[in-house]
Amino acid sequence: MRFSWRGLAREALRGHAGWTPHWRSPEQPQPGYDVVILGGGGHGLATAYYLASQHRPGRIAVLEKGWIGGGNTGRNTTIIRSNYLFPESAALYDHALQLWEGLSLALNYNVMFSPRGVMMLAHSQHDVQSGLRHVHANRLAGVDNEWLTPAEAKAFCPPLDTSAAIRYPVLGAALQRRGGVARHDAVAWGYARAASALGVDIIEGCEVTGIDRDPVSGAVTGVQTGKGPIRCRKLGVVAAGSTSLVMAMAGLRMPLESFPLQALVSEPVKPVFPCVVMSNTVHAYISQSDKGELVIGAGTDQYPSYSQAGGVQILGHTLEAICEMFPIFRRMRMLRAWGGIVDVTPDRSPILSRTPVPGLYVNCGWGTGGFKATPGSGHVFAATIARDEPHPIAAPFSLDRFAGGRLIDEAAAAAVAH
Amino acid sequence: MLLIACPWCGDRPELEFRHAGEAHVTRPADPAAVSDAAWTGFLYERQNPRGLYRERWRHLHGCGRFFNAVRHTLTDRFLGSYPPGGEPPA
Repeated sequence: MRFSWRGLAREALRGHAGWTPHWRSPEQPQPGYDVVILGGGGHGLATAYYLASQHRPGRIAVLEKGWIGGGNTGRNTTIIRSNYLFPESAALYDHALQLWEGLSLALNYNVMFSPRGVMMLAHSQHDVQSGLRHVHANRLAGVDNEWLTPAEAKAFCPPLDTSAAIRYPVLGAALQRRGGVARHDAVAWGYARAASALGVDIIEGCEVTGIDRDPVSGAVTGVQTGKGPIRCRKLGVVAAGSTSLVMAMAGLRMPLESFPLQALVSEPVKPVFPCVVMSNTVHAYISQSDKGELVIGAGTDQYPSYSQAGGVQILGHTLEAICEMFPIFRRMRMLRAWGGIVDVTPDRSPILSRTPVPGLYVNCGWGTGGFKATPGSGHVFAATIARDEPHPIAAPFSLDRFAGGRLIDEAAAAAVAH
Repeated sequence: MLLIACPWCGDRPELEFRHAGEAHVTRPADPAAVSDAAWTGFLYERQNPRGLYRERWRHLHGCGRFFNAVRHTLTDRFLGSYPPGGEPPA
């Protein structure tokens, strides 16, 4: 079913009785597929969609342990930007940003991409120098980024306190106007719907418990799941915080550690916050959703954990910074807070790669900021799987960069200073 | 916030501590003699288990000393802590 004005009008007139589920979710998988994507988050669904729409490698399945939209894709703070320092990162994230700009049309699904501008604050001379370096590097790489004075920052975001009286006064800000936010659930649903329409089987409630390999060549031959064994020629692992556990099934140790990352939202209020503001120095990340809630990102805990519940002091730390910079929010109440498990690499850059195991591919290590890359990540990972060679944009993010010492030490990749 | 037992100072709040990575990751005695793969393993690859995890902590705002602890990474419950070179609790 394609969404259109005519369809909307027809359903409005007959009480919305004609809508059907957006994607097929077969209870049981087929016995075998050409490509299996392990992980039905945004990146995994995008991978399946671009595989099916651009490469047609045969039958494709996405196996999801929980349900579509129930993981980190549906619980992040949805910040989208591409103003990363290094050329490899800028190429990857700007590829994603360009896909975001046409995504709703491409998927025939409103992902509510809203390029309202992402402003990153500087609070010290070091921040100013680092911010200006990013601005210059980005403009050389063809990525928009501009420097604002405190007065210009205040004009762009009126709730911001730019007085000299606060503990860490605002000395300037980098602004990427093409950056913004999108509706995270709609991204998962839209990709699931578009992939399903192209014949991809999306199997929910299907946990992978083992990876089958050919005893001679070592190549992947299938997976063991809670719904029985499934044969496959190629397996793409897109399992975020659980990647280490999945890759261990194939005997691989990963350069990853998993941490709880928290976010919280306030009670909904009238539109008051026109953009996205980030401050790496005082750890504050804030925007306002279309529902009116302030969406606030906090940091990770310092220790690896799968508990999906971080320390309360992490939330307190972020809220102190928010209250200092935005005094008008001091009396707002927070509605809920939650945690998700993110997989972090030593250089804070993702891994999009083939592996030493033939037929096994991995897309992981997005750490605290993977949502913004969803379309680009899926696009280049699909090409890497289909051609069994790295897409040019994905090539620098290979797993063997750690052995080769070609790290992409991207401080801008972390949502927190490190 | 975790309540962490320093082997020398006793139970203290997490704010006094700095996490110091996976425990028992031994630096090769002669780095030039090991393969790239083994060196990569030492530098970057981690067990990252969902379950019992042996980790290092440093009592940064206390006695300043490093020690090891065993924690379950799904519940964050500590089984105990022990000094460097000691045996983990059973």
